[in-house]
Amino acid sequence: MNRRSVPLAYALVLPSILVMLAVVAYPFLYNFRIAFSNMSLRHFRNPEFIGLANFVELFSSSALYVVLLKTVIWTGVNVLAHVSLGVGLAVVLNRPIRGQWLYRALLIIPWAIPQYISALTWRGMFNYEYGAVNLWLMKFGLPQVAWLSNAHAAFAAAIITNIWLGFPFMMVIALGGLQSIPHELYEVASIDGANWWNRLRHVTLPLLKPVLVPAVVLGTIWTFNNLNVIWLVTDGGKPADKSHILVTYVYKAAFTLYRYGYAAAFSLVIFLILLVFVVFYMRLSRGTESVY
Amino acid sequence: MSAVKTPLWQRALTHGILILVTLVTLYPVLLVIGISLRPGDQLYSTSLRLIPEGASFHSYYVILFQKPFLLWLKNSLIVSLSVTLIGVALAATSGYAFSRYRFPGHRISLTSFLLTQMFPATMLLLPLYLLLQKVHLLNSLWGLMVVYVTTALPFCVWTMKGYYDSIPRDLEEAALIDGLGPLGAFLRIVLPLSLPALTITALFSFMAAWSEFIVARVILTKADLFTLPLGLEALAGTFQTEWANYAAGSILVSIPVVILFLLLNRFLVSGLTLGGVKG
Repeated sequence: MNRRSVPLAYALVLPSILVMLAVVAYPFLYNFRIAFSNMSLRHFRNPEFIGLANFVELFSSSALYVVLLKTVIWTGVNVLAHVSLGVGLAVVLNRPIRGQWLYRALLIIPWAIPQYISALTWRGMFNYEYGAVNLWLMKFGLPQVAWLSNAHAAFAAAIITNIWLGFPFMMVIALGGLQSIPHELYEVASIDGANWWNRLRHVTLPLLKPVLVPAVVLGTIWTFNNLNVIWLVTDGGKPADKSHILVTYVYKAAFTLYRYGYAAAFSLVIFLILLVFVVFYMRLSRGTESVY
Repeated sequence: MSAVKTPLWQRALTHGILILVTLVTLYPVLLVIGISLRPGDQLYSTSLRLIPEGASFHSYYVILFQKPFLLWLKNSLIVSLSVTLIGVALAATSGYAFSRYRFPGHRISLTSFLLTQMFPATMLLLPLYLLLQKVHLLNSLWGLMVVYVTTALPFCVWTMKGYYDSIPRDLEEAALIDGLGPLGAFLRIVLPLSLPALTITALFSFMAAWSEFIVARVILTKADLFTLPLGLEALAGTFQTEWANYAAGSILVSIPVVILFLLLNRFLVSGLTLGGVKG
């Protein structure tokens, strides 16, 4: 556009960039320094440079690998459930049905409720004696589950909670994408004799891709780094720190155990893992872009 | 709509599925409403009735007048409204520059905004915490505000940019011919047209601050600075005794956001996806 307006462009972006530099870039660099030091509660004022010691400790302990595996499962299951539930509901809701607006409004509610409230509420629902989940299991004659004191069950409880609160976002995104698909395409497809499955595979899904790919990338990042849900549902990784994902594990190392250097190194590794994944995923989805 | 009417059984099936999913989805919400209405003698209830026997609003009275709920509310409102205001102003202006101008640093700024979304919370929180501690600035609502603005900002900038991209440039060119400056064209022509995206940005900035727990837990330790999430978590922690009070509090906190979401339902779809649809 207008070249003379470049100063205006800078004036418009500068405030945002300054804020980001001060509150994001500076701490990011500071995090590097801490990661190579032995800063902890004992060495708070006089941290020493200890080279790669934090990273060596991190990569040689089994914690990283076990927790990483759990994080991958956590992210994979959640995002898969969010996308399939969200797209499925959006496809059903996009038909001309009576009361569509009401379903849409009601199904959006889990997204609207603050995450910590959902997480705390589900923790209550998973309570062994008084929680609604076990009461329902009992009613159907099923055995009660020690949701919060068994490591696997606690992890599953957190996943159930997160699926519940995450699918409306994908549903809204998918609905927006569906509404931009011209109706004629479906009519043409029907005339060509395509059944609903073919229409879904060859019309709906390819045309949804441009809105879904960024949503899946964001969803993956948010889920991978979701501290709230695991921390609150399992009350800080209980039982015995067996239900952690990477971020909650680091959060605990930093703010409960005060191992600042170690936590900073660990944070850095988490960021790099995520970065590699996102770059890889973007490449992959761009490679298939020629389909439409 | 299409001339062929869908058969009755299909419509019935669709409604059946939707009603079932909606019920499962809303169950936890109905449950919390039920718990908040429990009278004091039914705290250890194993009944699955949604509306308890002898329902009362006693817990609402307790949370409003016998707990520091109003103080938490005040703190949360100060933080959330400031974050919304600052967030919208920053995202609306920088999003416009990213959409309309190509300047040195354009690509790298946009990409690094996206990169920051990948930072685990601890990576910024830990250095910020240590810095704030060294300058004795822990326990201040200001510190919290600054952190919140930056968590929502990258997403909001991208949303705004995507939306501006979908507005034809001819509009501004016409405005320039009519004698408006570039800034005038932005403020008077483009900005009013971007209401859906502005609404989303405002909503997300507000939500980010209104419902954040993890950062607040680290930065605020003084009880009189607690925001709603910290206060309510403390109530939920003492599960047996305060469960009904917690439920009442969480209903009060959720109602305004749920109403906002329902009112802005329409904007949600267009504001979030237009940028993506346009590619």
